[in-house]
Amino acid sequence: MSTINKNAANVRATIVSNKRVGQYFQLIINIGELATVCKPGNFVAINVGGANSRMVLRRAFAISRVSTSAISGGTMELIVAPHGQGSKWLCSQVEGDELDVIVPLGTAFGIPTEPVHVLLVGGGYGSAPLFGLAELLNARGCRVDMLLGASTAAKIYAPMEGKRAVNSLRIYTEDGSMGHKGRVTDPIPEMIHDSNIAVIYSCGPMAMLSAIDSITRGSDVVHQCAVEESMACGIGICMTCVLPVEQEDGTVAMLRTCIDGPVMDGSVVQWEKVGKAL
Amino acid sequence: MSTLDFSTTLGNAWFPTPTFTASGCASSGRELAQFFDLASIGGVVTKSIMSKARSGRPTPRMAETPSGMLNSIGLQGPGLDAFLAKDIPYLVEQKARIIVSIAGETVEEYSTLARKLRAVSGISALEVNISCPNVENRGLVFACDPEASRRVIDGVRRTIGGELPIIAKLSPDVTDLVSIARGVVDAGADALALINTVLGMVINLDTMRPHLGGKTGGLSGPAIRPIAVRAVYQVHAAMPQVPILAMGGISNGRDALEMIAAGASGVSIGTASFGNPMAIIAVQDELKALLTAKGFNSLRQAIGYAHRPESE
Repeated sequence: MSTINKNAANVRATIVSNKRVGQYFQLIINIGELATVCKPGNFVAINVGGANSRMVLRRAFAISRVSTSAISGGTMELIVAPHGQGSKWLCSQVEGDELDVIVPLGTAFGIPTEPVHVLLVGGGYGSAPLFGLAELLNARGCRVDMLLGASTAAKIYAPMEGKRAVNSLRIYTEDGSMGHKGRVTDPIPEMIHDSNIAVIYSCGPMAMLSAIDSITRGSDVVHQCAVEESMACGIGICMTCVLPVEQEDGTVAMLRTCIDGPVMDGSVVQWEKVGKAL
Repeated sequence: MSTLDFSTTLGNAWFPTPTFTASGCASSGRELAQFFDLASIGGVVTKSIMSKARSGRPTPRMAETPSGMLNSIGLQGPGLDAFLAKDIPYLVEQKARIIVSIAGETVEEYSTLARKLRAVSGISALEVNISCPNVENRGLVFACDPEASRRVIDGVRRTIGGELPIIAKLSPDVTDLVSIARGVVDAGADALALINTVLGMVINLDTMRPHLGGKTGGLSGPAIRPIAVRAVYQVHAAMPQVPILAMGGISNGRDALEMIAAGASGVSIGTASFGNPMAIIAVQDELKALLTAKGFNSLRQAIGYAHRPESE
């Protein structure tokens, strides 16, 4: 046994349902007992394209929510944007189809021990894992504010039932087609200034995560972000999904976002060095 | 049940099964240990270790291609000292058989690495990677130059003495692979690892620029398998006495048997592990069943079978 990937298992899992939600697809997948070890922030790696596919690599998806009380056994929910060959294939699968999944993988969002005030920031379908996280934080007595943003209304993912766990929700679209017109990061400086936010949890495009880091840098606000880098394996053996991260000794190392992430401390990620040679 | 002798040898190193991880596709071994017992395969071929820690190339480092992928990692690794302190003890504790892969920027660096590894116990063989395509200067791909290849292997052989088998890992990106193979064998290589990735490129049509941070990358996966079969066949035909560790798109038992028939004594599984962490176990089980079904009593009987005349 190993300390890396220690809860992960490679199983065949049946799709319970697959529904279109705006520009995204909501898949509910039966993963049995494994649902009990999934935490908000963890992800799943799925084989795509079927047995004779020319797509040889797994696709990684954030787990947006798990349910351990489902009649069919434990399930996980994924919110998938059908924008590549692999995700399109996944979105075309129907109830009863079997998937080859490895779950759960990666780090999880850290949950405060005290009932502090937290802010959740989601970009596009990056908001999906924040709703499961909100439920957990809400149950711990945290005040949970949420900001969601996207380029346009159709790319906002904000399910009705998800809103129950948050104290406030504000939506920003760049074209003004829903909520406030502007970027999701626009109100953050004022919110930090006006209230006692202890932790920002974020999930979305790298530019959004980097922008949040530039706001929280130098403040007492902890920034836990779920990053997204393209992965070949999801289990730590391919070394493709790396990000430059400052180590305790002050040096910068290329860390794997599948093993040391996807949830990382935003203050140690060297955002300006992403995509550059060290 | 079958009494198939599934064991193999690479130089004087004996392995109970002919299935290995591929260098750079198993990280430290810990990552795969969650999925199978590292001692149950032929051996773990480590990532290629260099003298100093190396952070590798910028992202994006990966592009999926039809039946394969391009990678541009650039030999990211902890450096030899950290590797010896952390990774080797772990693999020894798992009772894994270990083939350490080394890479250097100069002939001297290879010799230095060999000197430091000479006294390390628990190592079955040394893979000398002279063919990584992801180095800053393509001129440093020793395996594209017969004289440079020979000098690296000669330096390692002199340093390490006669005990530890040396496996030279070669590039398919050459005109005359057999002459390079012959050169490194003459210089003291006991076995050959064929093939490293094939140099390739993808243009990103959103940016209209090369997709990979390193611009070029190494192509791996089923897309390159016929190239690997050809390389193994050609080299085995020229030097049937030299054991070959074959890799290049092997994903199942049939792929492995093709390599064995072409002349391989063992197979390494790389890219297939990215899609399926237990691919190596599947290959091992399927190969065993195939050999048995075809009536072989030992793996050895099947090595190079494709070279026999039609009448046999």
